[in-house]
Amino acid sequence: MKLITAIIKPFKLDEVREQLSSLGVQGMTVTEVKGYGRQKGHTEIYRGAEYAVSFLPKLKLEVAVKAEMTDAVIEAITSKAKTGQIGDGKIFVTPLDQVVRIRTGETDSNAL
Amino acid sequence: MRLTNFKKMGLGVAAGLGALMLSSGAAFAAAPPPDPLNSGDTAWMLTSSALVLMMTIPGLALFYGGMVRKKNVLATLAQSFGATCIITVLWMVIGYSIAFTTNASPGLNQFIGSTNQLLLGNMGLKSINPLAGTIPESVYMFFQMTFAIITPALIAGALADRMKFSAFMWFMSLWLIFVYCPIAHWVWGGGWLGTMGALDYAGGTVVHLNAGTAALVTCLMLGKRRGLGTENMAPHNLVLSVIGASLLWVGWFGFNAGSAVTAGYNAGMAAAATQIATAAASLGWMLVEWYIAKKPSVLGMISGAVAGLVAITPASGFVDAQGALIIGFAAGAVCYFSAVWVKKWIGYDDALDAWGVHGVGGALGAMLTGVFAKNVINSTGKGWLFDGNGHQMLIQFYDVAATFVYCAIGTFIILKVIDIVIGLRVSPEVEVEGLDINLHGETVHD
Repeated sequence: MKLITAIIKPFKLDEVREQLSSLGVQGMTVTEVKGYGRQKGHTEIYRGAEYAVSFLPKLKLEVAVKAEMTDAVIEAITSKAKTGQIGDGKIFVTPLDQVVRIRTGETDSNAL
Repeated sequence: MRLTNFKKMGLGVAAGLGALMLSSGAAFAAAPPPDPLNSGDTAWMLTSSALVLMMTIPGLALFYGGMVRKKNVLATLAQSFGATCIITVLWMVIGYSIAFTTNASPGLNQFIGSTNQLLLGNMGLKSINPLAGTIPESVYMFFQMTFAIITPALIAGALADRMKFSAFMWFMSLWLIFVYCPIAHWVWGGGWLGTMGALDYAGGTVVHLNAGTAALVTCLMLGKRRGLGTENMAPHNLVLSVIGASLLWVGWFGFNAGSAVTAGYNAGMAAAATQIATAAASLGWMLVEWYIAKKPSVLGMISGAVAGLVAITPASGFVDAQGALIIGFAAGAVCYFSAVWVKKWIGYDDALDAWGVHGVGGALGAMLTGVFAKNVINSTGKGWLFDGNGHQMLIQFYDVAATFVYCAIGTFIILKVIDIVIGLRVSPEVEVEGLDINLHGETVHD
């Protein structure tokens, strides 16, 4: 199993979610985060006092999937989250040791 | 015997004539003097007082509150609210008396009033202060109280984010008594500046230059906020500041037009001048900022408006609409530079630009009053441009200089004393974590 973590631009959430649903991915966790890569932030000026806001709002999606679905999920996220502008985000794939569904106690593939 | 109506009438007339003759001595004495009270003036002054109070709570409170970081917003509001309360009581106890009564010694009266109205002991229902002959003294006292409240409260702009509440309340109290009241007496209460002919209709020097100077001294003595230049100190909610500035604008009609102390021609012209100057100043700041910084900020718009309100304050009862327009534009442009450029250049941390806007704006307004005052608008003043009275500029300068020097020295001494006894500034830990939770035990939750 793999945990796929994607940092995307916030306005892309709905498109990505729909695409993942159509793939059979049944759940995800979304967190509001701030970050930067190569995309610069903005500068705010208050009566001459400048503040460089380097951290931009992003969304972090986490989906747990069976290993064989990894490529399809990456393709789904990439195709929908991409705008072509700097700041589109990144995807991280990490191995997942165990998964448990709390309500039923099902484990691993049965819990995905 | 039963009296017929005719006989009853006759008895009534006889009784009346008899009473008249018995009191013939009194009947020939002077009739009681007519009541000097003018209900129109009184109604307006009551309204003005409430408007000016609103300028502090919640006008100034929100204006400043929105500009500080969220962790300090409650503490900033507490400063305006706390100042309102303590100054109200001290004004009643001693402030009004030493500012607006006449000292028995003419020499001393140049500098300070009397103790005749300690605890307002001699303010009866029908008392009248000669300075405002058509309204009850209770109303005049209340009106002036609201000025006494907002002036020290303005200083909070310079000490934002780093002063202890206890030290602040002591500062408000001592500053009222030793700085505000004397200066108010000098200009308005019968003292030397008013006698000399200084023109300050509603407090360009007494209120704004005074508070602004104190603000400058305070921020220099307190030192800069920790993290200035590196940490994000952006205003946490400019919506509050816009609401606050708008309340200041509306309330200011009580401030300027109310300083006519009557409801008539001068109040009307002062109101018109106030509105025109304020709008012009906001535009002035907006245009300068648009050109220099490429974007007109909301903070700039409201700051420009406040600068205009400050600058027209001393002039409002002496100038006409055209003078107001010019004063407004000048204030907007000049205060942009003093708040943005001079501050950056010299490097003092006047957090909310109390000196940059109120100090500079007040001084500018006081000098421009000398330029644009028109005798046909207000017979007590003659200006330079329209009445050929260049000497007025010198008098205005004395007013500005005396206020600045006395206030600077007085503020320095008061703050030094407070610092020695209880300390002015919060500890670094408190400053970093925030004043709300540490000084007041409260936070604003999302």
